[in-house]
Amino acid sequence: MLILECPCCGVKAEETELSPGGEAHLKRFGPGSSDEEFEAYMFARKNPKGVHFERWRHAYGCGKWFLAARCTATLEVFGTYPAQTSEPPADIVAKIKAKRPDWKGYK
Amino acid sequence: MKRYSVFAIAREALRYHQGWERAWKSPEPKKSYDAIIVGAGGHGLASAYYLGKNYGITNVAVIEKGWLGGGNTGRNTTIIRSNYLQDPSAAIYEKARALYETLSQDLNYNVMFSPRGLLMLAQTHHEVRGYLRTVHANNLQGVSTEWIGPGRVKELVPIINIDGPRYPVLGALYQARGGTARHDAVAWGYARACSAMGMDIIQQCEVTGVTQSNGVVTGLDTTRGHIGCKKLGIVVAGHSGQLAEMAGFRLPIEAVALQALVSEPIKPCMDVVVMANTVHGYMSQSDKGEMVIGGGTDGFNNYTQRGSFHHIEETLRALVETFPMISRLKMLRQWGGIVDMTGDRSPIISKTPLGNCFINCGWGTGGFKAIPGSGWAMAELMAKGEPGPLAAEFSMWRFKEGQFIDESVAAGVAH
Ligand SMILES: Cc1cc2nc3c(=O)[nH]c(=O)nc-3n(C[C@H](O)[C@H](O)[C@H](O)COP(=O)(O)OP(=O)(O)OC[C@H]3O[C@@H](n4cnc5c(N)ncnc54)[C@H](O)[C@@H]3O)c2cc1C
Ligand SMILES: [Zn+2]
Repeated sequence: MLILECPCCGVKAEETELSPGGEAHLKRFGPGSSDEEFEAYMFARKNPKGVHFERWRHAYGCGKWFLAARCTATLEVFGTYPAQTSEPPADIVAKIKAKRPDWKGYK
Repeated sequence: MKRYSVFAIAREALRYHQGWERAWKSPEPKKSYDAIIVGAGGHGLASAYYLGKNYGITNVAVIEKGWLGGGNTGRNTTIIRSNYLQDPSAAIYEKARALYETLSQDLNYNVMFSPRGLLMLAQTHHEVRGYLRTVHANNLQGVSTEWIGPGRVKELVPIINIDGPRYPVLGALYQARGGTARHDAVAWGYARACSAMGMDIIQQCEVTGVTQSNGVVTGLDTTRGHIGCKKLGIVVAGHSGQLAEMAGFRLPIEAVALQALVSEPIKPCMDVVVMANTVHGYMSQSDKGEMVIGGGTDGFNNYTQRGSFHHIEETLRALVETFPMISRLKMLRQWGGIVDMTGDRSPIISKTPLGNCFINCGWGTGGFKAIPGSGWAMAELMAKGEPGPLAAEFSMWRFKEGQFIDESVAAGVAH
């Protein structure tokens, strides 16, 4: 069972309390952008087998969005962090690097 | 290949079954091939088969990292139907369903196609309107489906609870020639026929890289060395994103887990397939007597072939409500598969940014039923270098162009 600690309210929430929101740190594109940019924003996904950064919502708790770093191949959770960040914070990245030395880093 | 027949059985019965030959060979990989297909699931094997059968291309290898049929093809609940709404989907799924009708004869291998009839229950007024629309569309597409009322549903499925407290059954979309087939046999039958045409099926061989020069694929790095090819077909379902990454492009695909489970075997009690999409569950009875049950996918990326426990609970809750008599059944086995979900839930059969590389993926939760049709269309694409009418609409560039086939074909529950 997947358990994520909500950084907004501090509750260790299990899966049924949470709703998944897909890939994190997508760069938004709107009207006026090119077809390629819009497609990349709407549909193209990293979908990695391994380290992944995701959006989650503490739907049946405080109701707020947050981000999580997780391994899609083992379901290991590396940590959670606030949604108001544009890339994974240094401490999370360091933690992942320690556990996954051959991880290529966030790009 | 020695043909299977009633005479073969009689002959072997008289000599202690010593004369059966291996169904397919396990050769060492050659240096290079005219065409390589990555992934020996149903779609990969069928693509290879129709390359040989329809286009005479037989210097072909199918490369599989595990064992053939060990991916989603061997993990699915085997529902076959073609009652889709949009024309491109109806065309390819009906082509597949029609090929299933004679597949056993064609392959000389019993795939146990069982067109036992399939019902999609309508349990809200919205669904009633939706399915009526589908029936009209299907009539125009030449797909034979009909709308039936609750009385007829009860006749076809005596164990169903028609007037449940939450969602009474208001009718159903009925496809009399929908049904099931034996999943492993579909993979095995195609593999045997491919091998008989001289193709190499190479198991326990993982592709780790795609070698290329000037925008053209030259071969594959694998755990059994480099293998060259003139054309490449990527048909790896849940691992499509990874193969695309090796080839240097990105797909509109996310890999998530979908689960299924079977009960202990019981006496025959239901001889049709029933899908209940509002409450999220579907069920059929296998020839062994087990109730074969499936539900929805998890919402997050996952490659572990293991799904979340609470989904099983939700599925069973829905089905106990629909079929109260199963409430005391013991569940024997549960498993998961990694399904490849596209942005519009329709598949991709497409050229790629690499000139001689083609991809077939995105069948998500509902591609078993499509295997023969998908293989047919993929073979045409690989042989001619351009998609034929069946594949034309399923290009990977439709997401850029906004030409979605918005069907929820592969959606959470609708197999
Ligand atoms: C639980 C469940 C229930 C389902 N129920 C239904 C249903 O009732 N009806 C229906 O129509 N569909 C159903 N589906 C969907 C259906 O199973 C799939 O759409 C279909 O089987 C996909 O076939 P495939 O050949 O594309 O993929 P797969 O059978 O998954 O084959 C892909 C193969 O590629 C191999 N591969 C991956 N990476 C590599 C690599 N790097 N090198 C070499 N080989 C590699 C894998 O090992 C695998 O064998 C269900 C799926 C699941 C999981
Ligand atoms: Zn919270």
